[in-house]
Amino acid sequence: MAGADGDDSLYPIAVLIDELRNEDVQLRLNSIKKLSTIALALGVERTRTELLPFLTDTIYDEDEVLLALAEQLGNFTMLVGGPEYVHCLLPPLESLATVEETVVRDKAVESLRKISHEHSPVDLEVHFEPLVKRLASGDWFTSRTSACGLFSVCYPRVSSTVKAEIRQHFRTLCSDDTPMVRRAAASKLGEFAKVLELEYVKSDIISLFTALASDEQDSVRLLAVEACVSIATLLPQEDLEALVMPTLRQAAEDKSWRVRYMVADKFSELQKAVGPEITKNDLVPAFQNLLKDCEAEVRAAAANKVKEFCENLPEDSRETIIMSHILPCVKELVSDTNQHVKSALASVIMGLSTILGKDNTIEHLLPLFLAQLKDECPEVRLNIISNLDCVNEVIGIRQLSQSLLPAIVELAEDAKWRVRLAIIEYMPLLAGQLGVEFFDEKLNSLCMAWLVDHVYAIREAATCNLMKLVEKFGAEWAQNTIVPKVLGMANDPNYLHRMTTLFCINALSEACGQDITTKQMLPVVLKMSNDQVANVRFNVAKSLQKIGPVLDSNALQTEVKPVLEKLATDQDMDVKYFAQEAISVLALA
Amino acid sequence: MSSAATTPPSVDRVDGFSRKSVRKAKQKRSQSSSQFRSQGKPIELTPLPLLKDVPAPEQPELFLKKLQQCCTIFDFMDTLSDLKMKEYKRSMLNELVDYVTVSRGYLTEQTYPEVVKMVSCNIFRTLPPSESNEFDPEEDEPTLEASWPHLQLVYEFFIRFLESQEFQPSIAKKYIDQKFVLQLLDLFDSEDPRERDYLKTVLHRIYGKFLGLRAFIRKQINNIFLRFVYETEHFSGVAELLEILGSIINGFALPLKAEHKQFLVKVLIPLHTVRSLSLFHAQLAYCIVQFLEKDPTLTEPVIRGLLKFWPKTCSQKEVMFLGELEEILDVIEPTQFVKIQEPLFKQISKCVSSPHFQVSERALYYWNNEYIMSLIEENSSVILPIMFASLYRISKEHWNPAIVALVYNVLKAFMEMNSLLFDELTATYKSERQREKKKEKEREELWKKLEDLKLKRGICSDSVIPT
Repeated sequence: MAGADGDDSLYPIAVLIDELRNEDVQLRLNSIKKLSTIALALGVERTRTELLPFLTDTIYDEDEVLLALAEQLGNFTMLVGGPEYVHCLLPPLESLATVEETVVRDKAVESLRKISHEHSPVDLEVHFEPLVKRLASGDWFTSRTSACGLFSVCYPRVSSTVKAEIRQHFRTLCSDDTPMVRRAAASKLGEFAKVLELEYVKSDIISLFTALASDEQDSVRLLAVEACVSIATLLPQEDLEALVMPTLRQAAEDKSWRVRYMVADKFSELQKAVGPEITKNDLVPAFQNLLKDCEAEVRAAAANKVKEFCENLPEDSRETIIMSHILPCVKELVSDTNQHVKSALASVIMGLSTILGKDNTIEHLLPLFLAQLKDECPEVRLNIISNLDCVNEVIGIRQLSQSLLPAIVELAEDAKWRVRLAIIEYMPLLAGQLGVEFFDEKLNSLCMAWLVDHVYAIREAATCNLMKLVEKFGAEWAQNTIVPKVLGMANDPNYLHRMTTLFCINALSEACGQDITTKQMLPVVLKMSNDQVANVRFNVAKSLQKIGPVLDSNALQTEVKPVLEKLATDQDMDVKYFAQEAISVLALA
Repeated sequence: MSSAATTPPSVDRVDGFSRKSVRKAKQKRSQSSSQFRSQGKPIELTPLPLLKDVPAPEQPELFLKKLQQCCTIFDFMDTLSDLKMKEYKRSMLNELVDYVTVSRGYLTEQTYPEVVKMVSCNIFRTLPPSESNEFDPEEDEPTLEASWPHLQLVYEFFIRFLESQEFQPSIAKKYIDQKFVLQLLDLFDSEDPRERDYLKTVLHRIYGKFLGLRAFIRKQINNIFLRFVYETEHFSGVAELLEILGSIINGFALPLKAEHKQFLVKVLIPLHTVRSLSLFHAQLAYCIVQFLEKDPTLTEPVIRGLLKFWPKTCSQKEVMFLGELEEILDVIEPTQFVKIQEPLFKQISKCVSSPHFQVSERALYYWNNEYIMSLIEENSSVILPIMFASLYRISKEHWNPAIVALVYNVLKAFMEMNSLLFDELTATYKSERQREKKKEKEREELWKKLEDLKLKRGICSDSVIPT
């Protein structure tokens, strides 16, 4: 077999070169994406000696092509002959790691990180680490930013002398004079700290962390906050106060809202990293301040964390802290001037009830829920409604419905359909827990009103809701309360409402059973086959198809079949189509 | 806010979430700087006499006192608080503006730090979060700075101070230092166009008077642009900074330093890739042309750069690129033109065949430019074969009659330029197309063969592994 492709094996590289020089970017891109095919065809040796040098030399192309190349090379180890030869991939990736375009560079770094693991410890020192050094001392900022992402992958597997060099390089980049490089270094600080020995974390990382956290640019400072989480996790508890907390306190009160936002956004992680004692003494007041921040962005980020923060408070003092420190701030946020803040709060506030228990919920939280349910902003109302279940678990549906029902009823007619939709989805649950009587008295009329809503999504949801109610309350209840009203709509002057009748029948027939379907529903459907509006007529055909299986064969043959046959000759194309479909599905032909 | 709550719901009833235009109307348009607010206590300043009412020897001291009082910052989002004191500060700032304009001998050495301190206190602040993610100048109203009544006067005062005849950069440089400039540059991200306009003048004056800061300012602008291009795509003051750079470039000495060339190739050219190019394209194109007028040998890298970043999907940007290219061609030297004509006209040929008629039209307008026409004529033997196929095809196929008419004119012009070559190309048009198709087929076959080879190898290596 080796002899058979002897001649053929000459052309792949020629094809590739030809294709790589094609004027059409798309063709160049295609050939790069098939690079592995070419390499496989060439065999490992020629890939190493011809293909890779060629690629390294010709790197000047559109970023799109370079991106594809950077990605391909990350999976090339086997194609160059396995881990033993993986270092052959370094030269092209090194050039790619210096390109201006961020996505290309990031991809090159990703591939370099990937293949770094395939290097033996010796190769890592001989080939990989020198590359990192070259990048770290490159002239243009792009190579230095790329270097930042490579330190942590080689550090654990090199000798202690090389380790010292790597630490030195990282230190240098942390005080680089372009902010782009400092940002890259700051964003890798946490990752790098994780692979360092604890003594160096204390001696090196902390000073870098402190310096970056007081950088003149807020874009650098905020990245230090992210690193703070990893660094705090690495240090023993007794060192946190001296090494991390001064910086964290400073960040929580930074003059730039972006930094404070970052603190708020990472609050739960920070809380876990620093442990319960520091949380009690430091983070609680810091969190209070963030909840009262002058910038809405910060307040919203903090509001989002209210539940998680409270959940993770040490159990012994949780309730006291929430009641005396957090809840007062939360109360203020309920009437915040910014809707994003209120909406963020509304998405988590219900979770507090599980933490605080029944009595506190009724006394302190319910008034807040009620206030938010009546908020002028629909998103706030929506967030409250969609989280009703956690309150339900704590105080029970009775209590919930007594206090919240009036508000819910009001929302059932909310101007925003998404809010109405959220309420509808709640109905089966409410109905199940409140019982038939209560439901008939308070909620039934709402459910019927939604059937004639002017938004289709609401009518559809209302139909589905009816089905679920019938499943709960049974066919007899349906026959007495729902079916007459639904069938009455068949005579509505608005064709959309007439169609709703059909949709309801589709949904209800199965739950109501053969008797009700045949005796009460079918006649109405059949009568509607003479409707003036074609949409109604073809929905009749669809409905007949749907309810057919519930009917007995006699009704099918004597009543359904003639009507469908008539519809199959309708002048409207769609009516004909659906009638024929129904005939064949019900096997009436 | 409260007015929104009391509007009758029936208006809203119609449904859905309000449309963009409706939302816009409700949006409040002013914002305050993001500062920690003073604790809501009323601010009291002890009124000082007017400068003109005290004897001249006492004026410098009073001037300093006034500067110190002006360091007090007021909350303008609260429109009702401290009304009296706000008015007092406003009139004091007005007085200071007049004072630095007309007085002599007031600028003692100890005045400098006080002036810089007062200006810093007032203008340096963290800008608030942007309300709109994507600012569209045609749709969106800019967000205005609420404290402008004071801020404007502070800027006015600072500019008069910098322009004052008694102003001595050698003393001021102790206070107007790198840190000051850095904070000043950050303010260019302000959404208030009035503020950016003042900043432009301030930075221009500083660049003019402080030679020691020039390199630093250029480097920091570099950083702002690079961050804008590669990280955030958001910075309000790009156009203003480019405007300043336009005049800076104008003053560069020849031969250009490597640093400046690098700025052109690695910063200005990539700025073309940003989505919001239309907001600063005029200023950017001006900078580029300035560079080329200084040093024509930069033409090739510039045009290659533009071709590399040529927009692929955004027709509006393509039209902008074509406009800029014409500006470049207007000043191009014939020797430079020859170096770049091939890749250039391959792109122009693609633009001419664009189904978007504005792109096609913009490219075809080149043939109305006399200088470009003369360049094309001199090099018709190279350009005509590149352009011919697309022109020929469009003349038969383009949907837009205006484009077809324009193409006829271009073809006619080419025919007159070089009738021999034109006839030859017309004659071989069909066979050329067939040759292309054949090539296409060959390519497909090659790839198929390659795929087979890979399969064979794959089988080979598969069978090798177990042994």
